[in-house]
Amino acid sequence: MNSEFVQMLQQDVPLSWYLMLSAVLFSLGIVGFLIKRNLITVFMSIELMLNAVNLSFVTFAHQWHAVKGQIFVFFVMMVAAAEAAVGLAIIIAVFRARATLAVDRIDLMKL
Amino acid sequence: MNGSLHLWLIPLLPFAGFVINGTLGRRLPKALVTTIALLAPLGSFLVVLGESFGVSSASFPVTETLPFPWISAGKLRIDFSFVFDQLTLIMLLVITGVGLLIHIYSAGYMEHEEGYWRYFAYLNLFLFFMTVLVLAGNALLMFVGWEGVGLASYLLIGFWFQKTSAADAGKKAFIVNRIGDFGFLIGLFFLLANFGTLTFSELSTKLAANPAWTGGVLTAIALCLLVGATGKSAQLPLYVWLPDAMEGPTPVSALIHAATMVTAGIYMIARTHFLFDRSPFALSVVAIVGAATALFAATIGLVQTDIKRVLAYSTVSQLGYMFLGCGVAAYSAAIFHLMTHAFFKALLFLAAGSVIHALGGEQDLRKMGGLRKKLPVTFWTMTMAVFAIAGFFPFAGFFSKDAILYAAFTQGGLGTVVWFVGLVTALLTSFYMFRLWYLAFFGESRSADIHPHESPWSMLGPLVILAVLSVCGGWIGAGRFGAFLAPAVGTKTAEAASGNLELILSVLAVGVAALGWLIADRLYRRSPKSPARLAAAVPAAYNVLVHKYYVDEIYNFFIVKPLLLLSKFVLEWVVDVAILGGAAWLLGGIATLGGAILQRWQSGNLRSYAAWLALGAAALLLFVLLPWTSLLAGIGIHVGMVTH
Repeated sequence: MNSEFVQMLQQDVPLSWYLMLSAVLFSLGIVGFLIKRNLITVFMSIELMLNAVNLSFVTFAHQWHAVKGQIFVFFVMMVAAAEAAVGLAIIIAVFRARATLAVDRIDLMKL
Repeated sequence: MNGSLHLWLIPLLPFAGFVINGTLGRRLPKALVTTIALLAPLGSFLVVLGESFGVSSASFPVTETLPFPWISAGKLRIDFSFVFDQLTLIMLLVITGVGLLIHIYSAGYMEHEEGYWRYFAYLNLFLFFMTVLVLAGNALLMFVGWEGVGLASYLLIGFWFQKTSAADAGKKAFIVNRIGDFGFLIGLFFLLANFGTLTFSELSTKLAANPAWTGGVLTAIALCLLVGATGKSAQLPLYVWLPDAMEGPTPVSALIHAATMVTAGIYMIARTHFLFDRSPFALSVVAIVGAATALFAATIGLVQTDIKRVLAYSTVSQLGYMFLGCGVAAYSAAIFHLMTHAFFKALLFLAAGSVIHALGGEQDLRKMGGLRKKLPVTFWTMTMAVFAIAGFFPFAGFFSKDAILYAAFTQGGLGTVVWFVGLVTALLTSFYMFRLWYLAFFGESRSADIHPHESPWSMLGPLVILAVLSVCGGWIGAGRFGAFLAPAVGTKTAEAASGNLELILSVLAVGVAALGWLIADRLYRRSPKSPARLAAAVPAAYNVLVHKYYVDEIYNFFIVKPLLLLSKFVLEWVVDVAILGGAAWLLGGIATLGGAILQRWQSGNLRSYAAWLALGAAALLLFVLLPWTSLLAGIGIHVGMVTH
């Protein structure tokens, strides 16, 4: 059943669909990153972009029967987890200090 | 004899003294500073002495070279090498020996000075460079020493830098010397261009191998070197710095501006004698410059009233004598005079220093007088020096001066002329020295409120030793001295003298000296009023002499002023302020403006950064994916299908 499903996927869903989905997700991530004001949303957009990339990794790994891409995904997930930990800590610190999470108001480094 | 002579020790000891006293001297106790400062020349002197006894002169010249080249560029290779031969030996004995005595003297003379350690550091630095100068095996290393002694001289003339006149005198000495050094440097470039080497032994060999080379380029080189020598040895027209250099402490005048540094020019000519020998014209110029300077400076010395200035002009005059000797190719006679002059002129300066010390800083001869009884040791040692410089038999000056005059006379032609000038100079020399002697030590004291006291023994000891040398220093005789030096400076000195002629010339020279004494005796002892009457009788001549022929004024008007105007209006205002300043201002303005514009980019807004990042990534992607080759192949056709 499982292998049949995979076969069906292989036959019925072409490679380009996965890549397009990945591109759409990535673009959404960029747009979110650029237009959202809330730091947490911006952060989530970054996660979205990372996962879009993960998707294309897996797709290619499957297409070419190579395991490297999947291993890479694990790395990305691990880094993303670490980044989430650090990033959230920074966000909490920023909120405590400035009582806001609007990115255009966090501009103390400006000249 | 076997193995190394350790020549490097000779300059290195004073250098060590300089480094220690120069860096730590301020914190060290005075006694320790003195010990270090005195040990340096003592050590060098002992090394030189040991070598002079330990090495047979048959093995000269001894060369010691660092195992790796000093400068290596293309075909050019210059070694760091020291050469030790008869000429070097004589010079080193004089430098370290007289240097040691003057160091001892300085310990007494400078005892109460502020910056005692600084003084000795400079003095040791001077010894370091001076020994490098005479030990140098090539002209470039010699130039290093040459510049170094100029530096030490500058520092010591301006030792009392709070005094404007001393600071100015230091600057004047340095700048005038730079003019001479420029000539020296051009000479070095000429040597390099024509011979490809600066090593004295190689140059000498190359010249010896080509006996046909005379005149031409060699004259040019010799004249360039002569310009350098006139600067360092205070000859016409660059002598003006030496009288002003008397602003320095008196022991400095004795060591640097009488006994050693100013003789570097004569040493240099003797060292490169093989060049001068090939250029009769250059030799004639040397002789004329020397004779003219000797007479010129002696006439100025007649009327000076500052005891040190009299001695300074006397030094210029005596250096002219040495040039005169070089000019008639009597190098060994010139070096002989250099040596005896170092003894008696150092003694004269030190004795003058003792007088000045005793009178609490008074240098005006008109305010001295009657010091014979109060400063007996100073008086007697000074007397020896006066007799030596005047050229009385059997004092040292007689032998060396006689050797030069004899060499000039026997050369004939131009030689006879310079001989006559030398003879007149001898008369003047004798006169102004006895004038000084009478004014300072005889008659009644001319200022009541001074209570002179004899100097301490650290000062009198060197005086006594130098007095002995001033008497006996010439007894070796010019003939034997010349024979000893012959391997180093050539054998052109006519030693095979016909006895009668030499005797006649000697008697003539002594007679002239006696005449000078007699006149001085008449004018300054018998009738002390007569000099003033004499001056009043010929006011024009007297004024010219008192104002030193207005040379400083002439230089000031024709050279210094125009240069200063040029510097101020053209170099400062046009070049510096307008061109360079304008360019700097323009560049700075562009940078500021650019910064002001680009600053806006750094908005501090996170999203703008992100947007730029995304844009950059997009541009990069576009760059990678665009089919550039086909685009370049047909720009108009493919533009439409680039984005998939």
